[in-house]
Amino acid sequence: MTIADVLLLALGAVAVGAGALVVTSTHLVRSGLYLVISLGAIAGLYLVLGAELVAWVQILVYVGAVVVLLLFAVMLTRAPIGPSPDLDRPIGPSALIGAGVGLGLAALFADAFRWIEFPRGDPGTAERVGEQIFGTWVLPFEVLSILLLSALVGAIVLSRPDIGRQPAPPAEEEVPV
Amino acid sequence: MHVTIAYVIAAALFGLGVYGVVRRRNAILALMAVELMLNAVNLVLVTADVSLRSALRGVPGEAWANPSSQPGSGGVFALFVIVLAAAEVGVGLAIILQFYRMRGAVALDEVPLDQERVSE
Repeated sequence: MTIADVLLLALGAVAVGAGALVVTSTHLVRSGLYLVISLGAIAGLYLVLGAELVAWVQILVYVGAVVVLLLFAVMLTRAPIGPSPDLDRPIGPSALIGAGVGLGLAALFADAFRWIEFPRGDPGTAERVGEQIFGTWVLPFEVLSILLLSALVGAIVLSRPDIGRQPAPPAEEEVPV
Repeated sequence: MHVTIAYVIAAALFGLGVYGVVRRRNAILALMAVELMLNAVNLVLVTADVSLRSALRGVPGEAWANPSSQPGSGGVFALFVIVLAAAEVGVGLAIILQFYRMRGAVALDEVPLDQERVSE
């Protein structure tokens, strides 16, 4: 057990614990805030594993943008502040499927990689990852930018106010969102 | 560094995500569970980037095992997945908000998939 192992275990415990709270909490807003803790711990895991740039992008994009978007959606759909009793389905099949997938994958990984000590790789700094992106992976990178543009346009088109409006009463006020 | 720890953490996170997607009725909470699953996959990619390279050292270079002269592709793929997740969340939330505006609910059970339009 080296220091890296201890750090991995501690951050992993935080990530998995907060993740469990994300999927079991009865407060919508608390669920989003536990997601922040879980994603932050995963960013710490990236740092321990040596992927610096991925860790900072995780903080910037996930914690900074995605969670904020999710919390905006929680507010815009007028979620109740207190606990909501009707968030969940019955626990039986979901616990079965979730535990089956999680334990199955864990057993698979544990069997494939055993308890073998791997040497640390070179740190994935911005310079090295940048060389990779703009060298080997430049075409997927450009395709990704087109995908982002189309997702942007799609989101704007989807949220037009005239979709789904009933044509009959023209004087009816639309619900402000 | 024992990479098994990171892999098992990723497997646990993925299982939690699957559990959340199946269990939650609220569409936003289901999206949060999907984010957990995507993060688990990212963790696997980054860990494989660290471990598989040293495991493959000395192996005669196959094209699929070492597509580039420099290592580090796992991190690049993790970045791509993060970008895809951001796009997915944007479009998904647009759909959820539009559904909320039309029906006043975000429960996944109440989405009518088998009819054209429900008169309100």
